[in-house]
Amino acid sequence: MSATGVGPVAGPSGLRADTLPKFVVERTRANPRRPAMREREKGIWREYTRGDVLDRVGAIALGLAALGLKRGDKVAVISGNRPEAVWTIYATQVAGGVPVPVYQDAIAKEVQFVVDHSEARFVLAEDQEQVDKLLEARGGLPRVERVFFDDPKGLRHYARGWLEPLTDLMARGREAARRFPGLFDELVAAGRSDDVALISYTSGTTGLPKGAMLTHANMIIGARQFLERERVDEGDELVSSLPLAWLGETAWSIALAGVRGLVVNFPEKPETVLPNLREIGPHVVLAPPRIWENSHSEILVRIEDSTWLKRWIFRHFMPIGEEVARRKMEGRPIPRSLRLRWLIGELLLYAPLRDQRGARRMRYAFTGGAPLAPEIILFYRGIGVNLKQIYGQTENCAFCCGQSDDAVKLGTVGRPYPGVELRLTDEGEIVTRGRTVFAGYYKNPEATRGAVRDGWLHSGDAGLLDPDGHLVVVDRLKDVTRLADGTTLAPQFLENKLKFSPYIREAMVVGQGRPFVAAMINIDMANVGKWAERRNLPYTTYADLAQKPEVYDLVLREVERANRDLPEPTRIRRYLLLPKELDPDDEEITRTRKLRRGVIAERYAPFIDAFYDGRTEVGVATRITYEDGRTATIHATVAIRAVGEATGSGSVSARA
Amino acid sequence: MLLEIQQVSKAFGGVQAVSDVSLTVHPGEIVSVIGPNGAGKTTVLNLINGFYRPDRGRVLLEGIDLTRLSPSRVAALGVARTFQNIALFRGMTVLDNLLLGRHVRMRSGVLASFVYWGRAQREEVAHRARVEDIIDFLEIEDLRKQPTGALAYGLQKRVELGRALALEPTVLLLDEPMGGMNQEEKEDMARFILDVNEEWRTTIILIEHDMSVVMDISHRVAVLDMGRKIADGTPDEVRADPHVVKAYLGETAGPVGVATR
Repeated sequence: MSATGVGPVAGPSGLRADTLPKFVVERTRANPRRPAMREREKGIWREYTRGDVLDRVGAIALGLAALGLKRGDKVAVISGNRPEAVWTIYATQVAGGVPVPVYQDAIAKEVQFVVDHSEARFVLAEDQEQVDKLLEARGGLPRVERVFFDDPKGLRHYARGWLEPLTDLMARGREAARRFPGLFDELVAAGRSDDVALISYTSGTTGLPKGAMLTHANMIIGARQFLERERVDEGDELVSSLPLAWLGETAWSIALAGVRGLVVNFPEKPETVLPNLREIGPHVVLAPPRIWENSHSEILVRIEDSTWLKRWIFRHFMPIGEEVARRKMEGRPIPRSLRLRWLIGELLLYAPLRDQRGARRMRYAFTGGAPLAPEIILFYRGIGVNLKQIYGQTENCAFCCGQSDDAVKLGTVGRPYPGVELRLTDEGEIVTRGRTVFAGYYKNPEATRGAVRDGWLHSGDAGLLDPDGHLVVVDRLKDVTRLADGTTLAPQFLENKLKFSPYIREAMVVGQGRPFVAAMINIDMANVGKWAERRNLPYTTYADLAQKPEVYDLVLREVERANRDLPEPTRIRRYLLLPKELDPDDEEITRTRKLRRGVIAERYAPFIDAFYDGRTEVGVATRITYEDGRTATIHATVAIRAVGEATGSGSVSARA
Repeated sequence: MLLEIQQVSKAFGGVQAVSDVSLTVHPGEIVSVIGPNGAGKTTVLNLINGFYRPDRGRVLLEGIDLTRLSPSRVAALGVARTFQNIALFRGMTVLDNLLLGRHVRMRSGVLASFVYWGRAQREEVAHRARVEDIIDFLEIEDLRKQPTGALAYGLQKRVELGRALALEPTVLLLDEPMGGMNQEEKEDMARFILDVNEEWRTTIILIEHDMSVVMDISHRVAVLDMGRKIADGTPDEVRADPHVVKAYLGETAGPVGVATR
């Protein structure tokens, strides 16, 4: 264990708590009437005070205890961002159990794997959709004794017994509380800081998911290390809108919120996050790159659709905002004339945009989980959003490195947080040591031994440290690509440059052992579709749109832009537009939208070969999975373009 | 029984659209009316909700004769419907369209609404709460402030269902709710229809072309051909009925469910 930085688990906050439930209990006892959660339901924000939350947590915890939940038993939680899910997570911890959040968009097979592998005895399912998945997988879930559901819609005629409304569980818990008045406090007091607080299944770009066990100490110290550098006040607002199965989200809306006493707001549904964000005006935000990328693309497209005056304001003032942001980051002076123009921009563009995006009182925003293109960070900083990169793994509690306000450097993820030891191995791999390093993978000691060697957590990422001690994450170690002539490059860096374009949603760059770099690109259906409509370009499906020569021309300009600041040997020489979107259901991409390069390289091998044998088009059959699990095969001819010359287009036909 | 159609007939000029059709609907049932194009299905719905008056026969709702009542009176008695070609106010938001669906339930007069506080305000809040229940039910929270004309076709159909539900109907008449939808949208709509029936005990009379959907969700199916009812029974009975097979396929026999897709 590290001796530096953050001291004992409890620390100087005045609270003696050493488990997350103890923080919740102590904060509630101190100020029971302060708001703790808000949920937008049926058009209005419904508030729960700390007292309300503790009451619900108590009811669920004692209900689980009454059903015989023992210390160390698992409870799977398959739910969107709702108070009930967070109550159940805290309640499971109170009862001595271990919550296991599951991605709510996982298909039945994936749900079955995680629930069964974790040996969960109980499951919280949000609604009929999740219950149906569990019923489908029931044959493979012999250990699950009961499933509690939250939203009863559509479940009226489902047989009870294995299924039970969450409200029944809570009623059972309240009954237990009457009969054993001291039980809740006893349960809370029995919790210890090295108990496992959560098992987070990593989606993993290779192989089956692994269940990372994080202790209360891991999560509390992770939050406290973060708080040593970043200001978060008690009562600050945050919005919980990312999957609870992603550790970044639990580290914020459960650990940080619990430790610091924040107000957690739950949007109405995923599609209303932006307007809901605007209503709340959160003080702190964490979101993965795709959220920032999508939001950035949306702004660009909307500007394109608006009046000439607004377009002019945007084009004129955006570079000024970015110039000021760049000077601030580099500590260079801002001339008076620039400052004046910036002020006008603040009035006309930056402040209104910030308000639009719900960033009115945002102190800072973080992006983490994967790299985000420096251009996008600069864009947000240019409109006055203090967007910073954070770096970490599920296995070290998500917060490991982060930029501090006075030292934001584009292209880096900042310095390690106090208490985290970080170094690079001889192979250039980033390894960390400290009290946030997890307790191991559940039922997988072999994988644990692979990840933690001599106390150092091996990230699998290749990195560099710049002269100021800021970490630069290059790419996954195994993805670093070497061209035939020995030139090395980081595919992710190129891909992020491409994804900066509003018209490009995903990209995979290839070139290992080949003479040059090529890219397979997924267009952004919404934005390219709008672009096509403005040009009266008719199209039918995604595949059809992606093969229009005009769209190839559009993307060509974006590839050329990305190439502009790349060294000559690593520039993209050929590209094609994929006839289908990369999809987690087809195992081409993880649920957190990381490319599964192995799967894609295998499935699209004919495309990759065609890049290098000089063809201008390639015919291929791809298998796709429909929502209901049926599969079909798409037969397509896909055009290949060289950057710098124009050639034909492809065609597509689907056959079930 | 809830709704009783007694031997109704309706002719337009020389065309006998509906002849001597009887149908009994029990509370809580989902009854589908199927048949080839021009069999008189939509005419039957129009006869129920008062758009047409039958030449002969009667329509009774819980014993009340609807035959001579105006469509608005029939609606006030709890019969709501949707249309084959969506009938929404395209320039108005989803929320306003749904609130309009509450119109027949609104009690405050023009003057009281103008003054606004007191009863009118309480009423408005109650109506809004009901509409929010429907928005939640149909999962269209993100569309509240969108003009309906800008929505995708499948969503417009969903909003139209919501507008009909806003009336708190005891009987819901759905005229091809899945027409023009893709498979996924059809499955969603089928789910909503079942949920409406289960959650709110709403009786549903459904016209639909997609035979697999009809056979999956209906308690009972009535088959019309050339304005006459030729069969009436459970989906399995109807599927096996020789008259139905003949009406759909001519003389060559085969199972209905497969052949009509």
